[in-house]
Amino acid sequence: MNGASAISMGPFVSRIQRRRRSGHVFELICTVLSFVGLAFLTVLIARVLWEGAAWVTLKFLTNFPSTLEPENAGIKSAFWGTMWLMAITTVIGVPIGVAAAVYLEEYAPRNLLTKFIHFNITNLAGVPSIVYGILGLAAFVRWLRFDRSVLSGGLILTLLVLPVIIIASREALLAVPKSIREAAYALGATRWQTVRAHVLPTALPGIMTGIILAVSRAIGEAAPLITIGALTYVAFVPTGPLDAFTAMPIQIYDWSDRPQQEFHHLAAAGIIVLLGILLPMNAVAVAVRASQQRKKSW
Amino acid sequence: MARAAVKAKERTIHVALLACALISIVTTVGIVWVLLEESILFFAKVSPLDFFFGTKWAPLSTTPSFGVLPLVCGTFLVAGGALVVAIPVGLAAAVYLSEYAPPAVRRVLKPTLEVLAGIPTVVYGYFALTFVTPYVLRPLYPNTDIFNAASAAIVVGVMIIPTISSLCDDAFRAVPRSLREAAYAVSATRMEVSTRIVVPAAMSGVVAAVLLALARAIGETMAVALAAGMTPKLTLNPFVSVQTMTGYIVQASLGDTPAGTIGYQTIFAVGFTLFLITMTINVVAQRVLKRFREAYE
Amino acid sequence: MVNVLDKEAPARTRGLDVPLIRIPVRQARREHVLPSSECIIRAEKLTIRYGEFAAVREVTLDIPSHRVTAIIGPSGCGKSTLLRAMNRMNDFVPSASAAGKLFYRGEDIYRPGFDPVELRRRIGMVFQKPNPFPKSIFKNVAWGATINGYQGNIEELVERALHQAALWDEVKDKLHDNAYALSGGQQQRLCIARAIALEPDVVLMDEPCSALDPIATARIEDLIDQLKTLYTVVLVTHNMQQAARVSDRTAFMYMGELIEVGDTPIMFTKPTQKKTQDYITGRFG
Repeated sequence: MNGASAISMGPFVSRIQRRRRSGHVFELICTVLSFVGLAFLTVLIARVLWEGAAWVTLKFLTNFPSTLEPENAGIKSAFWGTMWLMAITTVIGVPIGVAAAVYLEEYAPRNLLTKFIHFNITNLAGVPSIVYGILGLAAFVRWLRFDRSVLSGGLILTLLVLPVIIIASREALLAVPKSIREAAYALGATRWQTVRAHVLPTALPGIMTGIILAVSRAIGEAAPLITIGALTYVAFVPTGPLDAFTAMPIQIYDWSDRPQQEFHHLAAAGIIVLLGILLPMNAVAVAVRASQQRKKSW
Repeated sequence: MARAAVKAKERTIHVALLACALISIVTTVGIVWVLLEESILFFAKVSPLDFFFGTKWAPLSTTPSFGVLPLVCGTFLVAGGALVVAIPVGLAAAVYLSEYAPPAVRRVLKPTLEVLAGIPTVVYGYFALTFVTPYVLRPLYPNTDIFNAASAAIVVGVMIIPTISSLCDDAFRAVPRSLREAAYAVSATRMEVSTRIVVPAAMSGVVAAVLLALARAIGETMAVALAAGMTPKLTLNPFVSVQTMTGYIVQASLGDTPAGTIGYQTIFAVGFTLFLITMTINVVAQRVLKRFREAYE
Repeated sequence: MVNVLDKEAPARTRGLDVPLIRIPVRQARREHVLPSSECIIRAEKLTIRYGEFAAVREVTLDIPSHRVTAIIGPSGCGKSTLLRAMNRMNDFVPSASAAGKLFYRGEDIYRPGFDPVELRRRIGMVFQKPNPFPKSIFKNVAWGATINGYQGNIEELVERALHQAALWDEVKDKLHDNAYALSGGQQQRLCIARAIALEPDVVLMDEPCSALDPIATARIEDLIDQLKTLYTVVLVTHNMQQAARVSDRTAFMYMGELIEVGDTPIMFTKPTQKKTQDYITGRFG
């Protein structure tokens, strides 16, 4: 197969065939395993659609949940609860998160305090979501007396995803070339003027990606909300931030936990609605990030 | 005059931004404070020895016992099982992405794996309970409980695949091209280069990835709560129902635990344990990661 | 006409205040006397493209065995690409494609079905920047031989290779230390030892001294001169004086084309092409 074997091998024994074979097997294993995740995802989505697609009706979207009549149950309260949570998290979390990132990237001196803040944020990113729920229980529900309101829930989710927003925004700010800042300073601009007029707009796509990913993470969480006592089988929609609430993940959890088949169909239908909101958000974020990276390589 | 006004404005903005950054410290302090406050009350009633080394967990029964080991055991059973799923798949995917995949495949596969990470954990829990247990585990081992550790471990494992594959892929790509070229030049095959040069060179990155994934698996709540069950047991059998630390906190929160009762305080004691464990693993992982980055930058 | 060859000065110390280092070469497996030279590698109308761009255009070149052949030329002339074509390292650039033929011992290595892995055992390479593995010195030298199924005594092989690379005395007491603890020049000699541990026919060197200081460079140039008794060396360098000092034959490339090739003394004193003369006299590049 190759003329090199015409030369004496000397003290080397050519095991090239065996090495090639193991190489092919290895490549095959790696390729197959890489697609395990994709296969799982496909089966999961197929199963959810199979179980729930027929149940996503207008009735489902506009009714309240009911233990007694699963056929007439709906996700209205949970859906609007989730919307409220999303709004609170965005309105409170985005300004604070971006502001913190701006401080850390543009203003903070390289001293111990900054390092400590950075260390803190990385750690907070790894704290289990349920611990945030415990924090919220003590801080928002009891101490601040917000009780089991959608405001408490929103604040907890804000704290939960703040590290995500900060880290993503920091990366976006880091990616802005120094030359832009230097040009602005050279024209006599103050730091804030530079940041607001030049740095932030340039970093905006990256920051948006971070926000979208953070919010989509927030609306998928149930654990911290359960901890503060968000109710299930709520038969009303929140009208103000201090109202009680439920959220889609909680409703899905409750329906999944019941043994009767009908409730599993309801859970699947709820999942379809939830993923119907989340997956497009994620797709947008990924697309924005991909186009950013393509732009960078010129 | 105008100058002074501008300066004042700059100062205010600076302070406002600093305040926002300090919120993260306030959060951490808050978490530690809150957990400690109630845990101290708890440990006034229950001795730490009984808690950390006791083997029976029944805090709400009429003859309560407060040994947290069954919960810790359940947590590590699920997390360990998750790693058994995630490490081979994640590593293989990372090797494939960085050494074998053509750029077009990589562009599609990498975002797909990230979608996996973005799916809410309740969905995984639902899938574990209604599909994995009846259609995957039961056919293999008919005596599986409806709630069992294995189904939770499987879905949590899939959930953390992206953590491992993404970080390992970054680690492998950080290994300089010149090392690979050197290996090819001494007549190595692609598999030999990947497994015997690239992976060992990136090993600390791989370790950090595994640790971070472990911490995530330990902190995982909804999927476990749905799939693994609510019965604390000190067991290594993955086919029976167990309870994890996170599962217990959910159960206690759903139940009736008025403030000031021992039941209420167990939430904080278990939460504190959970927080300590994940915090330790995360800090170690960050140190390892930092060392890796320093070596390659 | 600038004469870069000063026949009066001793070869190694031209311009440098370095004592002559004589390094004993261990018992060679082949004869000490240079065998008469056959052509071991032959490029025939070889063209290498990166996408649309032709980095090497229809080059025909013979590489004689047991000689040092230098390839010189200005940046971007394709000399590195040509060198890498000889052990098919270009395969790792996705956009690279080859046309024409490249013969090694009479076999076209670009024919479909040819196994490049086996080829690289016989044609080794040393790179511009030293790139030892993050392993011990011993393992660095031994690794290639081990995966290629070396049957003999590994310790002997490592010692022999390190002797031939003029590194043994400096590392014999710390064979199991990490290779990164060595200096740049030592690391490059380690890379040479690594390449020759496989007992190749040909050693390709891609600007091996450009990242090193003058003293390390001098030692490696000494080494190259000794290596040719056992191996064939093809050397790419942007340093003309180095080519003049070290090589037996020199090939000059410009914009992907082989302009001229010939015995080194003649190339540097009486080149036949104007471009060669311009390059050698420093008019460009």
